[in-house]
This record gives sequence, structure tokens and C-alpha cells, in this order.
Amino acid sequence: MKTGFWQVTFAVLRKDMLAEMRSRELLSVMGLFALLSVIIFSFALELDREARETAISGVIWVTVAFASIIGLNRSMNSEREQGNFDALLLAPVDRSALFLGKFLGNFLVVLLVGLVLLPLGTLLYNITLIQPWVLLILVLGIFGLSSIGTLLAAMTAQTRARDALLSIAMLPIVLPVLLAAVRATTSIISNEPIENWITWPQILLVVDLIYLVLCFFTFGFVIEE
Amino acid sequence: MAQAKAKDIAQEPTATPSLLRILTLVTVLGVVVALVFALVIAGTDIEQGEVQRIFYVHMPAFFGAFVAFGATVLGGVMYLWKRDPKWDRLAVAGVEVGFALALINLITGSIWARPIWNTWWTWDPRLTSEAIMVLTYAAYMMLRAGIDNVDTRRRFASVYGILAFATVLLVLFIIRVRDDTIHPTVVGNSPQNAQGSFAATSGVVGALMVGLLVWGLIVPVTLMWYRIRLENMLDWVNRKKMEVLSA
Amino acid sequence: MSDSSAVLSIRELVKVYDFVPVLRQLDLDVAQSDCVALLGPNGSGKSTLLRLIAGLIKPSSGTIEIGGWQMPKEAAAVRAQIGMVSHQSLLYGNLTARENLVFFARMYDLPKSERDDRIAALLEQVGLSRRAESLVRTFSRGMQQRLSIARALLHSPHVLLFDEPYSGLDQDAAAMLDEVILRTHQDGQTMMISTHLLERAQRVATRVMILNRGRVVLDQSAAAIAEHQLASVYARAIADNGVVKDSTPASPVTEPAS
Repeated sequence: MKTGFWQVTFAVLRKDMLAEMRSRELLSVMGLFALLSVIIFSFALELDREARETAISGVIWVTVAFASIIGLNRSMNSEREQGNFDALLLAPVDRSALFLGKFLGNFLVVLLVGLVLLPLGTLLYNITLIQPWVLLILVLGIFGLSSIGTLLAAMTAQTRARDALLSIAMLPIVLPVLLAAVRATTSIISNEPIENWITWPQILLVVDLIYLVLCFFTFGFVIEE
Repeated sequence: MAQAKAKDIAQEPTATPSLLRILTLVTVLGVVVALVFALVIAGTDIEQGEVQRIFYVHMPAFFGAFVAFGATVLGGVMYLWKRDPKWDRLAVAGVEVGFALALINLITGSIWARPIWNTWWTWDPRLTSEAIMVLTYAAYMMLRAGIDNVDTRRRFASVYGILAFATVLLVLFIIRVRDDTIHPTVVGNSPQNAQGSFAATSGVVGALMVGLLVWGLIVPVTLMWYRIRLENMLDWVNRKKMEVLSA
Repeated sequence: MSDSSAVLSIRELVKVYDFVPVLRQLDLDVAQSDCVALLGPNGSGKSTLLRLIAGLIKPSSGTIEIGGWQMPKEAAAVRAQIGMVSHQSLLYGNLTARENLVFFARMYDLPKSERDDRIAALLEQVGLSRRAESLVRTFSRGMQQRLSIARALLHSPHVLLFDEPYSGLDQDAAAMLDEVILRTHQDGQTMMISTHLLERAQRVATRVMILNRGRVVLDQSAAAIAEHQLASVYARAIADNGVVKDSTPASPVTEPAS
């Protein structure tokens, strides 16, 4: 009787991507925010080369974290506005498949913003960010941000304070992800030897998996009585 | 039927059970004994002097917070499974007691750091992660306050209480992965650049053990028991209020 | 309305919100040919009842059985038998009418071979064929509501539920919605409609059910109620119940959010 797990996951993902391609609501807001944030940081910090090397990874990750919060709020509000959550719950589908679909959509959109940030940071800060290892860290970090973010956004979308509450609830919990991502990025762009920082991607991977499993199994409790 | 169902949600408040009275007495005595151990029996630290004695409260308080936040995880998991509000009462008690103990931990640490590190506060990895942990549980309380429907509130709080424990683990493990902390480690080797370590003599170990027992176990359990009873009473009053309003 | 022919049967259904019983020991059988109008003041439990049947919320106790499947034990099977139209459209504004239906067809696992024909037929039925490729956010309330019906009918549910479908519609749009509802019912669709508009209820329903304080206070065939009499029947049913001395606490005036 139940609709297949992956069919639901990809139906939700396709629906979100189609709506996003049509309206570009998320990408335009997040992209503009990211651009502003990077520029403002570069003004505010007025750094020499050495200081830039240590600061840029912080700038990138703070920007990614806040941009993802903006995107997650929008993405969940689109489900709430017309009661669409109910529509999804009415269907005979696995709740965790709904989570996976929403999560993958958020992940891809935030990743796209992150991918735009790298050349932008390279340009504005004159530090080569486009490196395979940085890309890997970007993927892993955004993966962790999006899984926790998707779960918590579904939760806060149902509260009174909504948008404000998401940042308060999400930032402390994603701290392990941000910490590992920032440290790894800093080490990579300062060309440190790999054995100095390889633990960070490993930690990131472990944290990502733990968070994904936790969110996967608790999502049902968040959207349904 | 509906009546019977509603009764499961909150028990009628009872007089303080004698076990809790005894436990309260034990707690008060325990705190006094732990202070005696810390202030009199343990020897004065040669390097740090008298201020080192604060450690006998500082470290056990974190342990107590750990126990309380652990109770929140247990309460959250059990509530999501059984949907019995008593587990959510355990979870909320854990958060509030843990929050208080974590604050004690931060404040005593700060008082100790003033003479030893020559500053009240520093953005050390362990201190920063603990501050974040405290903020996470503040967010937990805000989340609870932001939801009107009691069932929704309990469900969300359970999920968040489980997730929030990640920050507690971060505080514990950050010393292992970030070697630039100056915070001394109690279990295992302190990082090389730790400032303010000390040797464990028998007096130190004794005072620490008593401190751990009192602050790490007896105090949180007693406080949580009171808090659970209080939450039950609030639910009971709410239920009565709704009954009167809708009669 | 014997048990054997009932598509939907509810036994001793109880729902308690925040210590307050919203539905109390509700029993109900809906036959295949029924179009039930669910009437009652705000907070009488209409909306809660429909949400319980749809599986959006869980009962505190009691059973709901649809097409031989039990809620909430066999929730997925029951969900496959239910279609719901709410006062919200439950549609995605940034997708076209057809894309919305394709998405929900996937969610209900409609075979690909039948999907396009089914969608075309439904769009025709609700009178939106010409707007199939328009974005839903450009639709009027009435058009959204009709598309909503198409969405709810996609998987050929046993029972179609309407939760205040008329709210926000003007006279014309409401009349058009009536037409779609009547036509769908003539096709043999079992329906339950909650509304507070008595004249609309009388126009479309074959059976009138009045809920007050979480109980059924009147359950009659619509034909048994003479034209223009429903208002007085309704007033009497609600008032009678108010007089009955009641030991259990009643629901509050406002509908609790779920």
C-alpha cells in the first residue's frame, strides 16, 4: 500500500527543484545575502595576507551557515503556507522519505551557494579556495548543516517565533560541524601538511553521519503527532 | 472514558514522600560534608594556593550537569516511545537542573581563572564550547515557551533535548581534538600547554570523590525530583483550570 | 446504513486536546452512497473528526475503519483510501496545475501509464483543462479549490473529505464548487463535508449530521428535512444539547490548533 521510499524521496526532491528553478526564490535571496556578507566582512576586517588566510574560512562558513538558515526558513514556509505539510502527510508515504527529499533539496541549494562563494572568496580575498580538498570540506560541512537544519526548520516552522527561533536552535547544535569545517579549511588554504588536519574531515564525516541518522529517525515525530 | 484519559496526564499532587524528605536532608548534609572535605581536609595546593579548592565544586558540578542532561535524553527517548507525559517532566527537570549546575560550573571556573590565568574569561575551546552548551539549553527553554499545544511542545522538546546532548559531548571531547586549549584535563593527560594543573594527592582524591558523589549525583537527583513534582502540579492545575473553564 | 455496507465506520472515538475532550465517544457509519454534511458551531469537533479520519492526528482512543483497514494500525493503507480538501489549497503555488497533480500522483504511486490520462480527465472534470499549464499562484481561490478536488480524487479514494471548502469563496465560486461536488457525488463518490453554511449543505448533502460539543446531536437523511427547515432544525439541535445536564467537561469555544 505504501508508495516506494525512493520514489517519494525523488518526487519531493524533483518538486522542490522544479519550483526553485521556476521562482529562484531561495537562490536569489541566499546568493545576494552571501555576496553582501563576504563583501561586508572584507571591509570590516581590512586584513593583511596572513590574517586573511586565518579569517577567510571563518567568513565563508559563517556566511554559509546564515545563508542556509535563510534558505531553510523559506523552504519550510513554502510547505506551511498552503498547508502543504498536511498534503504530504495525507499520502501513504514514509515520513523519513519526506525528510530525505526535503534534506536533499536543501543540501543541493545551499551547496550551490557555497560553490558560488568559493570563486567569490578567491577573487575578493586573493586566496585560492578552489581546491579539491576545500570542495570536499564544503560538501561535508553543508551536508551536516542541511540535515540538522531541515529537521529544526520543520520544527520551528510550527512555533510562534519561527525564523528567529531557527537560528537560535540551530547554530549551537551545528557547532561541531562548523568547528571542524572551519579548522579544516584554514589548514588546507595555509598549505599545511595533510597529516596535520586530516582528522578534521574524518570528524566531519562521523558527525555528519550521526546527525543524519538522528534526523532521519526523529523527523516523523516533528511533523506528525 | 475521556475523564479517565485525562487523569493519566497528571497525577493529583501528593504530600512530599518521606524518601524525598530524607533525600533532601542527605543533600544538605552532603553539601556541608563536601565543603568540609574541600575546605579543610584536602591540603592546600602548593602552586595555586587556596583558590584551587574551588575545583572540588567546579568539576563535580559539570558532572552533575552531564547527569541531568543525560536524564533529558532518556526522558526524550522514552516520551517519544511511550507518549507518557511523565517522561517529558523528567526531560524538562533535567534541562533546568543541568542548566543551573552548568552555570555553577562556569562561574566557579571563572573565579578560579582570575588568579590562575589572570582573566575572568578567555575564548578557549573548552570554555567556548561550554558557553555554547549553556546557550543550547537556553534555546531548549525558548523552544518550549514558543509552542502552545502541550503535545506538540513535548514532542519537539524531546527531539531537541536529544540533539542538544551533542553539545555536551562536544565539551567533553574538544580537549582531545583541539590541542590548543589551556584548560587542564582531569581524566588522562593534560594538554602540554595547560596552565594550572596540579598533582592528585590522597586528600585531593578524597575531596574530589565526595564532591562528585554530592554535586554529581545527589544534588541533581534531589533537585530533579522536586522539579518533576512541580511540573506535575502545573499540569494538574492546568487540567483543573481547563475543566472549570469548559464546564 | 447497515454495518456491512459501511465504507467508513467509527467506534467510540475519543480525542482529548490539552486535557479537554474535543470528541466524546463518537460512533458513526457512512455508507457508500452518502454525502454527509457535517454541521455544528465552532469547536464542536467537525474539523477534528475529519483530521482524525484522514490520519493527520491520532485518536486518544476508539477505532476508525475505512474499507476494511483500521486506523492507526494500518495507517498507510487507510491513507490510500482517503482524499481530503481543506480550506487551505494544499497545492504548490510555484508549480503549474499539471505539475502539482503529477507530483501528488507520484506520492500516491499512480502507475505511469494511467497518470496522464487520469490527470487530463480530472482537470476536465473540475473545469481547469485550459489552465493546466498555468502556475497555481495565479489561480483564484475558487480555481485553487477545484484543483484541490482534482488532487484529492487522483488516487480514486473511497472517501472524500471536505474541511470547510467554501471559506474564502464568493457566491459564484461557491456555486461552481457545488456543481463539482454534486457531479463527483453522482459518479458514486462517498463524501463528508464540514461547513457552517446551512444552505450549501442542504444543496449538496444526502445526509445531515450535526455535531455539538464533541457529540452527534442529529443524524438525518437530508430528504427528511423540508426545504428551508434546516436552519430551525439546526438551532433546535444545538439548543437541546445545551439544556442536557452534562457531567463531563465540554470543549472550549475555540478550536484548538493541531
